[in-house]
Amino acid sequence: MDVFSDSYNLDVYVTGFLWILKLTAAGTVGALVIGTLLAAMRVSPVPVLRGFGTAWVNIFRNTPLTLIIFFCYFGLYSTLGVTLSDNLELNNYWLGVVGLSVYTAAFVCEAIRSGINTVPAGQAEAARAIGMTFRQTLTLIVLPQAGRAVVAPLGSILIALCKNATIVGTIGLMESSNAMKDLINSNGDKVFTIFFIFAGTFAIVLIPTGYGFGWLANRLAVKR
Amino acid sequence: MSDEALIVLENVNKYFGPLHVLDDVNLSVARGEVVVVIGPSGSGKSTLCRAINRLEPINSGTITFDGKPLPAEGRALARLRSEVGMVFQSFNLFAHKTILQNVMLGPIKVRKEKSVEVHERAMSLLDRVGIANQAEKYPAQLSGGQQQRVAIARALAMQPKALLFDEPTSALDPEMVGEVLDVMTSLAREGMTMVVVTHEMGFARHAANRVVFMADGQLVEQAPPAEFFANPKSDRAKDFLSKILTH
Repeated sequence: MDVFSDSYNLDVYVTGFLWILKLTAAGTVGALVIGTLLAAMRVSPVPVLRGFGTAWVNIFRNTPLTLIIFFCYFGLYSTLGVTLSDNLELNNYWLGVVGLSVYTAAFVCEAIRSGINTVPAGQAEAARAIGMTFRQTLTLIVLPQAGRAVVAPLGSILIALCKNATIVGTIGLMESSNAMKDLINSNGDKVFTIFFIFAGTFAIVLIPTGYGFGWLANRLAVKR
Repeated sequence: MSDEALIVLENVNKYFGPLHVLDDVNLSVARGEVVVVIGPSGSGKSTLCRAINRLEPINSGTITFDGKPLPAEGRALARLRSEVGMVFQSFNLFAHKTILQNVMLGPIKVRKEKSVEVHERAMSLLDRVGIANQAEKYPAQLSGGQQQRVAIARALAMQPKALLFDEPTSALDPEMVGEVLDVMTSLAREGMTMVVVTHEMGFARHAANRVVFMADGQLVEQAPPAEFFANPKSDRAKDFLSKILTH
């Protein structure tokens, strides 16, 4: 444990996990927003929108996240010059958020779409019968029920997102996996201690998160 | 009841693949008239009912409501539907909303009415169908008969020009059928224009102005209930009535 009594090392550890939390938070918002829009597109009556949604899911769900993050750095930033912040570290962070969001959105979309299938057709028919437009039917009746049905799988997707956030380390952000590599490099005799502390931190945060989503799923479930 | 037609179907045809579910149907429903549609399963009566607010699009023919042909899609169609209430066999109350919210949602979101006024109207409608004391519950906490009465209140909250009932009592336990029919009968007496697809012959007898008998997608026979039940003209109707009225 003496590795972490050193204030520099402790700072590396804490900073690393703070980056993970920030990546997870922003990635969650991005993935939920984009994923919900994609799901709406995939059930819409407009063929172009359906095609766009399907293409997005097929491209991003089947591409390794590491490649997407690399592309965000080398493609968007280095080649196309997309700069999201003047601060190099923050720029890498935001590039990582973009990569995590577009990738995770594909999974969120498919979860929500399966949730839409759990909503009986009669619910949308009743909404249309009182004069709701397609958009009102979707946002007031179908999506709220679909969302409640997929709280538990969304929880799994967000837990995966949190762990996937370590991949942003490959483009230089000093998040937890980079921090761990850094500490192991300078404390070669403490590999196991360092590894278990980092892995344990993820477990301590994520295990209750999983149970939290399970509890929430029960609480929000729509009774039929 | 005036003679002015509110709903007019002319030469309406509808196919489900090779199946001809509506075969050249002509029907006119006057303002304030109560038309009960009966017939064997698969005769196309539910499809007929659902075609009137375009939940089922038709393949050919015309349907006019209140003098205007049904719009094909979009906002115009949504506006038309807001003027035609519909009550389904399986109630279809919004499962994630309370009883009161179910009744208030349409007027607030579709008609953009003020929630204070809608609340008052919704409570008086729930009171009318006898469920005001359940207003804060969710649909799954109510019996089938109660849910169907809420569904009627939800349709009435839009102050529709006509109400369509698609087998409203077919999914109910026998002892709950009466409470729903009571509400429908009182609506009929007040002059609401109604198209009712049902197997409840008692309701057809005492509440309908006209009975329409359908078989194999065709509108076979129509007559006032007393006449229809006493003297059916077509063999198809005689056969149908002999099967259901002998028990």
